[in-house]
Amino acid sequence: MQFWIIQGLNSLSLGGLLFLLSSGFSLIFGLMRLANLTHGAFFMLGTYLAATALRSFDSLNIWTTAIGAGFVVAALGGLFERLVLTRLKANPLGQVLVTLGMSFIISDACLMIWGGDSIPVPTPQNLQAPTRLFGFVFPTYRLVLVGLAVLVAAALYFLIERTRLGAMIRAGVDDRQMARAVGIPVSRLFTIVFCLGTGIAGAAGVLGGPILSAYPGLDADMLPLALIVVILGGIGSLLGAFVGSFVIGFIYTFGTALFPELAYIILFLPMIFVIAFRPQGLFGRVGA
Amino acid sequence: MSISRRQFVGVAGAGIASMAAPNLVFAQSSDPIRVGLLAAKTGPLASGGIDMDLALTTFLKERDNTLAGRKVELIVADTAGVPATARTKAQELVEKNNVHCIIGPLAAFEALAIADYLTEKEMPTLGVAAAEDMTQRHPSPWFVRLTSTSAQCAYPLAEYSAKELKYKKIVTIADDFAYGHEMCAGFQRVFEDNGGKIIQKIFTPLATPDYGSYVAQVKSADAIFLGTAGSNGFRFLRQFIEYGLKDKMAVIGGMTALDESVLRNMGDEALGILTTSWYSAELDNPLNKAFAPAFRKQFKYDPGYYAGSTYVSGEVLEAALKTIKGNVEDKKALMAAIRASNADTIRGVIKFDEFGNAIGNVYIRKVTKSDGRLVNSVIKTYPDVSQFWTYDKTAFLKNPVYSRDYPPAKNLEP
Repeated sequence: MQFWIIQGLNSLSLGGLLFLLSSGFSLIFGLMRLANLTHGAFFMLGTYLAATALRSFDSLNIWTTAIGAGFVVAALGGLFERLVLTRLKANPLGQVLVTLGMSFIISDACLMIWGGDSIPVPTPQNLQAPTRLFGFVFPTYRLVLVGLAVLVAAALYFLIERTRLGAMIRAGVDDRQMARAVGIPVSRLFTIVFCLGTGIAGAAGVLGGPILSAYPGLDADMLPLALIVVILGGIGSLLGAFVGSFVIGFIYTFGTALFPELAYIILFLPMIFVIAFRPQGLFGRVGA
Repeated sequence: MSISRRQFVGVAGAGIASMAAPNLVFAQSSDPIRVGLLAAKTGPLASGGIDMDLALTTFLKERDNTLAGRKVELIVADTAGVPATARTKAQELVEKNNVHCIIGPLAAFEALAIADYLTEKEMPTLGVAAAEDMTQRHPSPWFVRLTSTSAQCAYPLAEYSAKELKYKKIVTIADDFAYGHEMCAGFQRVFEDNGGKIIQKIFTPLATPDYGSYVAQVKSADAIFLGTAGSNGFRFLRQFIEYGLKDKMAVIGGMTALDESVLRNMGDEALGILTTSWYSAELDNPLNKAFAPAFRKQFKYDPGYYAGSTYVSGEVLEAALKTIKGNVEDKKALMAAIRASNADTIRGVIKFDEFGNAIGNVYIRKVTKSDGRLVNSVIKTYPDVSQFWTYDKTAFLKNPVYSRDYPPAKNLEP
């Protein structure tokens, strides 16, 4: 019984982390039709920034660091989008390749700046004591992460469903040509959404830091997970990213617990099924 | 601009001719000894590769880049931790740079990628990688390894855990590739031969960002043995502590689990953990007492497994060169001298068995605090440990190589 509860909580916290990671990716993929392969690197950059900031300045707390790192990474993302991606408008494949190249640049820069060792990100002081539930122990921070994911999901939902910006984003996702035709400034929207997506990734990197630690290769470990979530949940759908994250969280956690030799197969098999039988994902709504 | 066919053939012909022209090497004793270092200086194994480079450069600088009376030129090649790149770099070192011997590489999969090439080219190699079969069932006369096989250091710790710590049940966790399999297999064999039981063997994918679900699977036992490499052990340990398990079980580790390079980023949670290795920065012999503090003074951290490995290679190479009076051009003599050497190094005296693997001291270390920083203090020394432990080597070699399922784990709890 304890096994099921603990693994269930693990699944929820992994799902929460995955949602924070992939919500930005889904947004960018949905609106800009761009598989932003730099996403893992932006996430990792956030983790490294948190590692340095939190270990050097005792007065900083992780929440402000997350927002700060989010802005820094968003600025970097915006520059990248304006200076590089817009010039490749006519060449979508080129855009994907350039995001891959950028991810190598960022990860090598991180290696150069922070060296090859794993750097731990300290868990916030007031959340370090584990929670005692039904006679066993579970790290408090992971439970908080689930709550955070729900908060971010709610904020994004409000943004997309209830604001004008959100309406423009939804229009762009559904039918880009028509949106342009009715006067929506699609290029500016692209930059805003790219900044938003990468900013969330950077903040997610900070929030995931206490669990994952900053290490070279973190970007390559996280990117496939973001891809799987978005493919499963559906491109361009926030609900899809939310549901997909928790589904993958459960599949991965219980899969590795019950069939440890098949860890990655368990992860990718559902994705293959989804692509074969329902290519738009569970809630996908990519239009024209 | 169009090139005429004549121009093209002319240029191409000249190009091919220059590549095919034999490299003229004059064997003169005033020519420097060229040593190639294959280290992964970028990529996930970077931290180890960088240490390897720093230690070897330090070794040569201490000797004014002169060994056995001849100047030494070091050529460092970055393998990036990728077997194909390791192969390319090895070829460059041999054919373009004309090195006389090679030190490295770091990872077993890199070593396996270049093993047959180095044997074919008869290039003396002082290896670091731990793959068992390279000095057991597929040895090469041109390869020696002066560190340890994957399981060699685990044997003394397994005996120590059973006999002195009196542990009865242990859970092992390691990365899911050959190094992890071999180390846990060796540990299991000796631990169970001494009356203990391995009740669970967990193997995690090499790239595991979150160890949560694995920590939650760990069964209750006397201790958990970490057969991990790089920073995975430290990341797993963090989660282990967060789930409250460190209060219930002891933690012991293999030679790369809590290396000095990992310890420097850890806090008090690491105190008291026992690990085993062929080296520790705290070793109390005259050579190490000169090397370790100097390394720390220059680079601000203690030397560990990787820095130790290349420094020891330098010491062994120097001993061999002195025997053959610096005549590296005679490759067979160099190789024979290396294999017959009995060098005094920072890890103690080491010699090589007939397969080219080092026989030397293995140290049981405990994490303690010294001068306000974490160190691996040596608490017991097992002298003259060979890759076969106390087993008969013919019988050992008749068995299949250690793997995930060999020796079979008979005491696993469901």
